[in-house]
Amino acid sequence: MSQKVLLNATEISIALNRLACQLIENHDDFSNTVLIGLQPRGIYLAERLKSLLENEYNIKNIKLGYLDITFYRDDFRRSGKPLEANKTNIDFIVEDKKVVFIDDVLFTGRSIRAALTAVQSFGRPMEIELLTLIDRRFSRHLPIQPDYRGRQVDAINGEKVKVCWKENEGEDAVYLVKS
Amino acid sequence: MELSVNHLLGIKYITEADIHLIFETADHFKEVINRPIKKVPSLRDITIANLFFENSTRTKLSFELAEKRLSADVINFASSSSSVSKGETLIDTVNNILSMKVDMVVMRHPNPGAGVFLSKHVKASIVNAGDGAHEHPTQALLDAYSILEKLGDVAGKNVVIVGDILHSRVALSNIFALQKLGASVKVCGPRTLIPKYIEGLGVTVETNLRKALEWCDVANMLRVQNERMDISYFPTTREYTQQFGLNKSLLDSLNKEIVVMHPGPINRGVEITSDVADSKQSIILEQVQNGVAIRMAVIYLLASKIDHHED
Repeated sequence: MSQKVLLNATEISIALNRLACQLIENHDDFSNTVLIGLQPRGIYLAERLKSLLENEYNIKNIKLGYLDITFYRDDFRRSGKPLEANKTNIDFIVEDKKVVFIDDVLFTGRSIRAALTAVQSFGRPMEIELLTLIDRRFSRHLPIQPDYRGRQVDAINGEKVKVCWKENEGEDAVYLVKS
Repeated sequence: MELSVNHLLGIKYITEADIHLIFETADHFKEVINRPIKKVPSLRDITIANLFFENSTRTKLSFELAEKRLSADVINFASSSSSVSKGETLIDTVNNILSMKVDMVVMRHPNPGAGVFLSKHVKASIVNAGDGAHEHPTQALLDAYSILEKLGDVAGKNVVIVGDILHSRVALSNIFALQKLGASVKVCGPRTLIPKYIEGLGVTVETNLRKALEWCDVANMLRVQNERMDISYFPTTREYTQQFGLNKSLLDSLNKEIVVMHPGPINRGVEITSDVADSKQSIILEQVQNGVAIRMAVIYLLASKIDHHED
C-alpha cells in the first residue's frame, strides 16, 4: 500500500479559509443559514469551518448540527457488513432555513442523496447547498455536485482519498491511498 | 458489529454483546422517533408478518409501529379470525404466509418453544413476541434498557420481580437479561406462584414484599394473570393485594427512592395502586416508549442479516 500527499496542512488551511470566504459571500451573517456536518467524517470539517468563521471572520451564533444518514442509505443489506449508526444532533429548526451540508469527500453522491432524504425529517429547508473538501471527479453514481469544493481530485476506483484531522489523526493532511 | 443470532427467540440465546448492540442501536432510534418525521426508509424492501396466535394489544401495536417506522411492509394475522381454528398446523399456517415472500415473522404463541420450533422449519427470521410462559425477549430488553436509562447502569443494581413468576414469560426473560448485564435479581410473590426451579437460575426468593423492597433499587411489578389461573394460587385478590400490592404508603415508608416498573396492562389497585403507577418513581410510560425503539433496533439488526442466512 502506498500513499501520496494531496494536501498538506498549509494547503488545507488555505482551502478552509477560501471555503469560509465563499460561504460568507453567499450567507452574509448566517442569520438564516445552518451548517450540517454529515456523520461520521464531515463533522470535523464542519467544526473547523465554524470555528474559522467565528474566530477569524467574527461571525457569531453559527448553528451547526450533525446528521447521521445510516438509516437512509440505499445499501442496507447490500454492503456485506452491517451499517453502524452515528449520532444525529440537530437542535434547531431547519424549516425555511438555508442549509449547507458539509462532508469531507464527495465520491458516488449516494451519501448526499441519503442526507437529502434524512434532513427532510427535520423540516423543509428553503434551499440546500453542498460543501466538500475533496471532490472526486468522474466517480459519481448520481447527478450531485458540490457548491463549494476545496480541491478536485481525479482518482481511480481502487484508490482511496483519506482526510486526516489534527484532532484525531494528529495532523492535517489529505492522502491518496493506493492499495 | 452484528448480532450473533439470525432470530430473536429468547434472551437465553443471545450474548451480553448482542444486548449492548441492541441498546446502542435503540439509542439512535429513540432520537429518530423524537423527530418531526419519525420514519426512516431502511426496511422498505422487507416484509414482516405479525402472527399473533394469542391476544395482545400493546406488544402488537408496539411491533407494528416499529416496523412501520422502519418502512417495512406489514401483514397482520390473528388466530382467532383464521384457519387455525379450522385445525391448520403452525408450520402450514406459517409456510402459507411465507410463500407470500415474507422475510421476517414476529410471533406470539401460547406454547413455550413455538418460536424455536418454527426457526428450525422455516427460512424467515423469527422474533419471539412471547411464547407461553417461556420468554418475552423484547419486553426484557426494553425493561433493562429503561433501567439503564433511569439509573445509568444495570450492573450492580438490585432488581426485584414481584408477583406471578410461575406464569410469567416476562419474569424469565428479565432474569436472563438482568443477570447477563450484571444485576442481582430477587423474585417475590406467593409461594404457589414461584416455580421450584427458580433458585437454580441464580435468583433469590423472598415472600415478604417489604423486605424485598428494602433490598432493591428497582421493583418490577408483574400483572396477576387471571387468564392463566386455572386453579386458585392465592385465596382472594384482596389478600394478594394486601401482601404483594405496592401502594403509596408502603413506598413512602421505605427510606429510599426505588424505581417502579410494570410491563402492563396494569390491574390498577391489585398489583399496584394508581398513585404509585402515576408517581414520579414510576417509569411505566417510559417502558412503553422505549419498547418501540428497542423493537426497531431488534428488527433492523435482524433484517441486516437476512441476506447472509439465505446463502
